Amino acid sequence: MHDSSKPTTEHHHSPPQGFLWTHVFSLDHKVIGKQYYFLSLAAVLIGMVLSWLVRFHLAWASAAIPGLQYLSKVGAPGGIITPEYYLSLLTLHGTLMVFFVLTTAPQAGFGNYFLPIQIGAEDMAFPRLNMLSFWVTFVGFVVLISTLFVSDGPPISGWTAYAPLSAIGTDAGPGLGTGQVLWVISIGFFCIGSLLGALNFIATTLDLRAKGMTLARMPYTTWAWFITAVLALLAFAVLLPACVLLALDHLGGTSFFIPGGLVVSDKLQPHSGGSTLLWQHMFWFFGHPEVYIAIIPGLGITSHILTATARKDILGGTRVLVGCMVSIAFLSFMVWGHHMFISGMNPFSSLVFSVPTLIITIPASIVTLNWIGTVFGARLRLHTPGLFAIGFISVFVTGGLSGFFLAQPSLDIYLHATYFVVGHFHMVMGVAAIFGMFAGTYFWFPKMFGRMMSETLGKIHFWVTFIGVYCIFMPMHYLGLAGNVRRYSAFVDDYLAPLIPVHKFITIAAFVTGAAQLLFLFNLFWSMYRGKKAEENPWQATTLEWTVPSPPPFDNFGGRHPVVYRGPYEFAVEETKDDFVMQDSPQQPARS
Amino acid sequence: MSELEVVVTGGQEIWRGGESPYAIPSKKLGMWLFIVSDSITFGAVLFCYAYLRLASPDWPTPFRLASIENATIMTFVLLSSSVTMVAAVEAAKAGRIASSVRWLGATMLGGVIFDVLHIREWLGLIHEGLRLYHNDWGSSLFGAAFFTLTGLHMTHVTIGVIYLFIVATGFRRGKFTSDDVEISGLYWHFVDLVWMFIFPLVYLLSARIR
Amino acid sequence: MGRFFAVVLTVITLVSASFFVLHTWWMPVDISVHGPALDKQFGETLFGTGIGFIVAQLSLAFFVWQSSGRNQSRKTRQFPGGARIMVTTAVILVGFEILALSFVGQKAWAAVNLDPAPPNAMRVDVQAEQFAFYFRYPGPDGQFGGVHPDKISEADGNYFGLDPASDVAARDDIVVGSLTIPVNQPVLLTMHSKDVGHSFYVRELRIQQDFVPGLMIPVHFTATQTGKFEIVCTQLCGLGHYNMKAYLNVVTQEEYDQWLKSQIGQ
Repeated sequence: MHDSSKPTTEHHHSPPQGFLWTHVFSLDHKVIGKQYYFLSLAAVLIGMVLSWLVRFHLAWASAAIPGLQYLSKVGAPGGIITPEYYLSLLTLHGTLMVFFVLTTAPQAGFGNYFLPIQIGAEDMAFPRLNMLSFWVTFVGFVVLISTLFVSDGPPISGWTAYAPLSAIGTDAGPGLGTGQVLWVISIGFFCIGSLLGALNFIATTLDLRAKGMTLARMPYTTWAWFITAVLALLAFAVLLPACVLLALDHLGGTSFFIPGGLVVSDKLQPHSGGSTLLWQHMFWFFGHPEVYIAIIPGLGITSHILTATARKDILGGTRVLVGCMVSIAFLSFMVWGHHMFISGMNPFSSLVFSVPTLIITIPASIVTLNWIGTVFGARLRLHTPGLFAIGFISVFVTGGLSGFFLAQPSLDIYLHATYFVVGHFHMVMGVAAIFGMFAGTYFWFPKMFGRMMSETLGKIHFWVTFIGVYCIFMPMHYLGLAGNVRRYSAFVDDYLAPLIPVHKFITIAAFVTGAAQLLFLFNLFWSMYRGKKAEENPWQATTLEWTVPSPPPFDNFGGRHPVVYRGPYEFAVEETKDDFVMQDSPQQPARS
Repeated sequence: MSELEVVVTGGQEIWRGGESPYAIPSKKLGMWLFIVSDSITFGAVLFCYAYLRLASPDWPTPFRLASIENATIMTFVLLSSSVTMVAAVEAAKAGRIASSVRWLGATMLGGVIFDVLHIREWLGLIHEGLRLYHNDWGSSLFGAAFFTLTGLHMTHVTIGVIYLFIVATGFRRGKFTSDDVEISGLYWHFVDLVWMFIFPLVYLLSARIR
Repeated sequence: MGRFFAVVLTVITLVSASFFVLHTWWMPVDISVHGPALDKQFGETLFGTGIGFIVAQLSLAFFVWQSSGRNQSRKTRQFPGGARIMVTTAVILVGFEILALSFVGQKAWAAVNLDPAPPNAMRVDVQAEQFAFYFRYPGPDGQFGGVHPDKISEADGNYFGLDPASDVAARDDIVVGSLTIPVNQPVLLTMHSKDVGHSFYVRELRIQQDFVPGLMIPVHFTATQTGKFEIVCTQLCGLGHYNMKAYLNVVTQEEYDQWLKSQIGQ
């Protein structure tokens, strides 16, 4: 019944016609990947500016930021950020970064562009669904940004939107009415976009692999995108109903997350029976896998780029790396309570949750040790993508180790809700995952745009960023040790006054590091038009994306069906004159 | 040496490409993945229902015999519609298009009857004072959780009826294949399965036993 | 470039580590009975992670130095022992740390959160609200009056919603804005929230516990030194979150008795 020489899922790919179908509602996974990437870029720029506003205010609380009063007369009268507006900006910063940057660019951005090519396919399994996923996500983004322009601004409840602060409405504070509802709608759209995307990735990876591309021969990035998609399929499925319930608390008068007898702003609230811990359970059951959704693509991208940088495969190869990623993904569903150690849930469960939390350290350590072991005896090519890949290892070590403290409930008693936590999650998400994105950008830019990015600008970007992020986030650990509480718009407590100079240092480091990102931005756009023309395989890498033109034609392989004869990272093969062999090269008998 | 031989090593079959593993084509796999995700969503809402019920000392049990009878009929109707769906898929696979479309019509009818009985029940409860935010029998969360859970399910049934209509008309005109009928069947059975959880957990456990 | 990387990473590692070792910014002196166990566990964790941090970063730096530029060999080499030694090291070292810390940690955690308060613990009722803490003592009758949310009035200073008119036990309840306790006396706080989520954090006591609307949460501790300490809110509760604090006054038994007498007089 099935003709084994023809793929059963026929994609009759004819090139798109017309401006709208080619550039706006494109079904081409490469265009969609770029759309996601640039959406993320917009989000990260806004998120970064928000972080500058926040950091500026912490260092110089009574200073005015010229022009800010035009964004919000009420939030920043005379340019000075009010305590409530500080929280609004902080909430928007977190929401944009976690959802529209960390969950979007590494997975939906790079994954959409390169997964089909890496497995030898013409496109995703469901191109129309893919296009829809992007536009649904885009709507979510627009709704989120719109909170800046509504009555009393974005919500002040943080990206975690704990109930009942997030459920009661404006009695509890500004931004918690319209702003919170819009936030919920935005995240709801994002959930749907993610779920549809995850579905697409899984079906594509399982069904559309080219001849000879066994699961064991898939590149690390493909594995990472696949595992992340499974996580996303399961995790976002819980956030979506949580958002619906929170919306109902606002719009339907329900009390899912609001117990009885609350007196807020002198008003006895007409709610009863709900549970604030229920929100936390639902949110973190999603929230913990979410942070692994943010980092696993980075693990894949770093491993992928490290092989081409070091000119050897990662120690342990596919089996160990994929085994670790799968263990991490599996364990990630069992640890959500570690965000709730002192939340008032049964303290015994805190002990239970800490066990798998600590155990996740083991596969994470294996991966890290294997990377370090790969650098041993390598023949490093320290171009910009290679620098970011190796930098990733360093920052991942730092971020991971601080987690070791927080995983123990007894230590969390002191460190919870301090800057120690802020330092930890920024190091892993705000630095490591972003390094993965930078590495991916510099590495794949030539393939995507047919030109090279400037190496000089790239290296400057790397060095300022690498040193800069340590200057920003390492001191946060010290602040946490001193008990500096997070989400404070000003430091008025007695014990906090001597810590303000540290905050000033962090803020200055943030501005300097931020300036380097503008350099990256310039490099990105300038190189698209003026960069040196790129060859097909500028990094001398081995996987299928380097066998197609830069940029690839609309159907990736120009009508041919690639055949894969070997594993994804064959470097230093005896019989070759180069130190690598492409995956689709049949020149020697295939090894498994 | 043909391409095919080269990719075989040590007697082992190597992935031939393009064929779906376990002979599951992409669209069917896509529906299964959707079902997995939607199960987790319903699971989360069911978890909420259970959590809130266990945490409330005054959870109402308002379903009198008539309500339970109604819910039982609804269950029977939905189960029967799954049977007709199986018949529709079988007919489609055997190439009996007209027969399959008739069975699909019967399935849709089952869905519509389910919706009508459900709405009737809702109206009755609303008439007795049940709201999203209040009721006279106990915890206000009963209405919230009940309407949310059953509302979510009813939405799925309604979307299913529309989906089946599209598949039926498309199949009759030759635009869709028997695979598409089978995939819609998967969705329908899933919706039925969810009800098999809601019926005992919500209705039977809140039956008014005097 | 590789050598530069190695140097930069080494400097970053040593500078970062030094601030931890030198205790430049550190936890304040612990003043609670359960504190020493927590601090000891903290020290052990810091030692283990510190060694791991330094070894991992410096190894990375060293290998980068060795593998780049003119130093690199003409052929790549595998790490001796391959992945197996890494897996074994991770499982044994990390696994051992995990076991050790879990055993030590659960005892410390249980002492704070699972063991019941001693029977002679002095009871204080704590209410958190936007944006203040209020503390209620039971007064000479040793009984707390009932709280009624509908009777709460900020303007009248009836923060807890007491009803002294009809509730005898409420008449002698003492409501104050700071927590005064005698040293070396076990204290049992019953924590509840008037509005949204808050948290109770005293660094020196090594205590942090969320207030959960709808729940009444017990927290017990014994202070071992006198002094004035800050209680701050650590759960985002609205615009005044940064400013929500109270003072903990740990005084001698005599001073406490005097203070209590003066409060009863009012």
